[in-house]
Amino acid sequence: MSHPANPPGFLLANLDKVRHWAQTRSMFTVTFGLACCAIEMMATGAGHYDLARFGMEVFRASPRQADLMIVAGRVSQKMAPVLRQVYDQMPEPKWVISMGACASTGGMFNNYALVQGVDQIVPVDIYIPGCPPGPQSLMHGILTLHDKIMSGEIAH
Amino acid sequence: MTDDQVVEVQEEETPPRTLPDQAVLRAVAEQFDDIEWILSSGQDVFILPKDLVLDVVQAAKDAGFELLADLTVTDYFRGRSPRFELVINLLSMQHRLRLRLRAPVPVDDVQVPSVVGVYPGANFYEREAFDLFGLVFDGHPDLTRILMPDEWEGHPLRKDFGMGSVPVQFKDSHQVQ
Amino acid sequence: MTDQKRRDKRNVDVWLTGTEEPGWLVDSTDEGAQKMAAHETAGRLLDQEGLVVGDDRVLDEDVAPEDELMIINMGPQHPSTHGVLRLNIELEGEIIRRSKPIIGYLHTGMEKTGEELTWLQGPTNVTRMDYLAPFHNELAYSLAVEKLLGIDLPPRALAIRILMTELNRVSSHLVALATNGMDIGALSMMLYGFRDRERILAFFEKTTGLRMNHNYIRPGGVAADLPPDWQDDIEFILDKVPPRILEYEDLLKANPIWMGRTLDVGVITLEECLAYSVTGPTLRAAGSGWDLRKAFPYSGIENYHFEVPVGERGDVYDRYRVRVEEIWQSLSIVKQAAESMPEGDYKTDDRKVAPPPRARIDESMEALIHHFKIYTEGFQVPEGEVYVAIESPRGELGAYLVSDGGSRPLRMHMRTPSFANLQGLPVMMADSLIADTVATIASLDPVLGDVDR
Ligand code: SF4
Repeated sequence: MSHPANPPGFLLANLDKVRHWAQTRSMFTVTFGLACCAIEMMATGAGHYDLARFGMEVFRASPRQADLMIVAGRVSQKMAPVLRQVYDQMPEPKWVISMGACASTGGMFNNYALVQGVDQIVPVDIYIPGCPPGPQSLMHGILTLHDKIMSGEIAH
Repeated sequence: MTDDQVVEVQEEETPPRTLPDQAVLRAVAEQFDDIEWILSSGQDVFILPKDLVLDVVQAAKDAGFELLADLTVTDYFRGRSPRFELVINLLSMQHRLRLRLRAPVPVDDVQVPSVVGVYPGANFYEREAFDLFGLVFDGHPDLTRILMPDEWEGHPLRKDFGMGSVPVQFKDSHQVQ
Repeated sequence: MTDQKRRDKRNVDVWLTGTEEPGWLVDSTDEGAQKMAAHETAGRLLDQEGLVVGDDRVLDEDVAPEDELMIINMGPQHPSTHGVLRLNIELEGEIIRRSKPIIGYLHTGMEKTGEELTWLQGPTNVTRMDYLAPFHNELAYSLAVEKLLGIDLPPRALAIRILMTELNRVSSHLVALATNGMDIGALSMMLYGFRDRERILAFFEKTTGLRMNHNYIRPGGVAADLPPDWQDDIEFILDKVPPRILEYEDLLKANPIWMGRTLDVGVITLEECLAYSVTGPTLRAAGSGWDLRKAFPYSGIENYHFEVPVGERGDVYDRYRVRVEEIWQSLSIVKQAAESMPEGDYKTDDRKVAPPPRARIDESMEALIHHFKIYTEGFQVPEGEVYVAIESPRGELGAYLVSDGGSRPLRMHMRTPSFANLQGLPVMMADSLIADTVATIASLDPVLGDVDR
């Protein structure tokens, strides 16, 4: 620690970096399990895959205490207003991951009942492909989101 | 003689059935003149006019069909003249029997009697049939939409409703002029 | 057009154009007619529903009993409703008087999509209904198509089907235990249940390529043979899972909180089950020995030895007991199936229905034509209609198919168990404490994809 800009005993960093670090290291997720993908999301949080390694095992039931919404599953026309309301209730800064083919594009159900892509109702940061995406894919998506926040690519 | 023995052994192995199966069904069918009794893929089906639905269902329940397994509608659209068909699947646990009732319903007269009074379990099924096909069940206590939002217009499972699909667009595809 | 309608119409425009207008969403989630019907005398009930508190009319001596009721809304976004179930609950103090499930938040239009897919593509669609028991959905659909076609399957295909569906029953019941435990507060059950489910899913993934929604059981057999060393995998599962289940039973049954929160909670009688078309473990916990595997055997299940567990009280605890017993029975069926697995083909050799093996396509023109026809146009199914039901982990799962002789179904309807079972929920919850609501819902084990389709 003998760099001239870092005198011993002090830790200097860019304020933005500190903020990003704090934002990514303990992200709270609002439970928004909708369909098959939600089971994979639960499996990711449970013992075998252990999302707690990334400080994310707490799934918040209340949107007011969450900063990440993982839309896991198919969004029906009846659910769409509810989803938007939950999103509106989350405090800033907030991020959205669209998990699975259905949430991203409607998947194989291109019909009257489903919203063809959740990005029509809320802004989406990360899309995870797959039907269902395995826990590994979900973790990859989450880590990608962390990277993007750290690098300042997704600014809120 | 050997044949008899074989039959007996088989009867012991398979679960006991009230034989003959048909007696239960015949008891129901004989009460009504207008029932047509057919075998469809080896399953017993009664075809009946829609006004009789409630009476036949009541008679079937009295004959030992405890459970309404399913109630749904088929839309034949142009394939058949009374366009809709109400399909009720009944299950008798004591006789190990299934019975299917089919009642044609024309599109300009979609009133059918509700069977909620006989089987309370028909509640959700009739609401679903109303929601998706637009059949109106007389005497249902709470005939509202169940799967679609309240303000939805139309009955999506009718053949003339359309799929409602959105054409898929790719980002860099050529614009269709 | 009423005001409400106009506003809703505008809201739809707003989603589609993506512009936001804060404030409108609160109104458009108002369910209107789907709410519980009002009491006749409940003129003033609405005040309380809108959280108008501090009105001294409540203290009046001569208020009607209905005026002391309060309606609360639970869901659709709630951690303990197993998805997107919504309940309107009418409370008198802490006692639930009436309740009404409101469903449809996961309506996917699968029955409509099913009419667009060929008979062979159908399992892709139906497997996504009950996503905890995908093999059962595929099996019900495939059995119905095969009944219409009138084809028989080689014994190995039948045995593989039984092996897979019974393993699936175990994994589904494990999730039921896990979520039931979690809802009551036994959080470790959640971790344990999912951990053991992973072992079974690993085998599914190896065999079918996917952890869920496999599209493995198809009309005409199964999609692929078991992997080369499948016996070892089954042995591994049969080694690892049973001791764990004993452990969980110890964990739960020795736990006074678990016993206190499940015994005599959420009771439904046998007559009520029958009246409301409730089937599956809930019906068996109420004292009926009805199991479609015994009553109408399918896919050769009559060749295996197993017993049907029956409860007596019909409460949450008995449903939990029935599920644990069914896990044991299913594991025993899996063992028998693995030991007696016949050799031979895993799909029918009827070339009009099942595609030829890949190797044959290079050699035979006819095989190539069959392959092409099956995967483009699909095979034709004779005209007719059929209803076939199997015992899924949740109850009677039936497929009602109508064919007009073409290569797509004219009507594809699934009789899903959770949809009917949900009608029993108001019965179970009536006159119980509100704190028992989540225990009751969890013990019914509804899968909302199965309810709404
Ligand atoms: S993407 Fe696939 S797994 Fe996910 S909700 Fe849709 S159908 Fe289910």
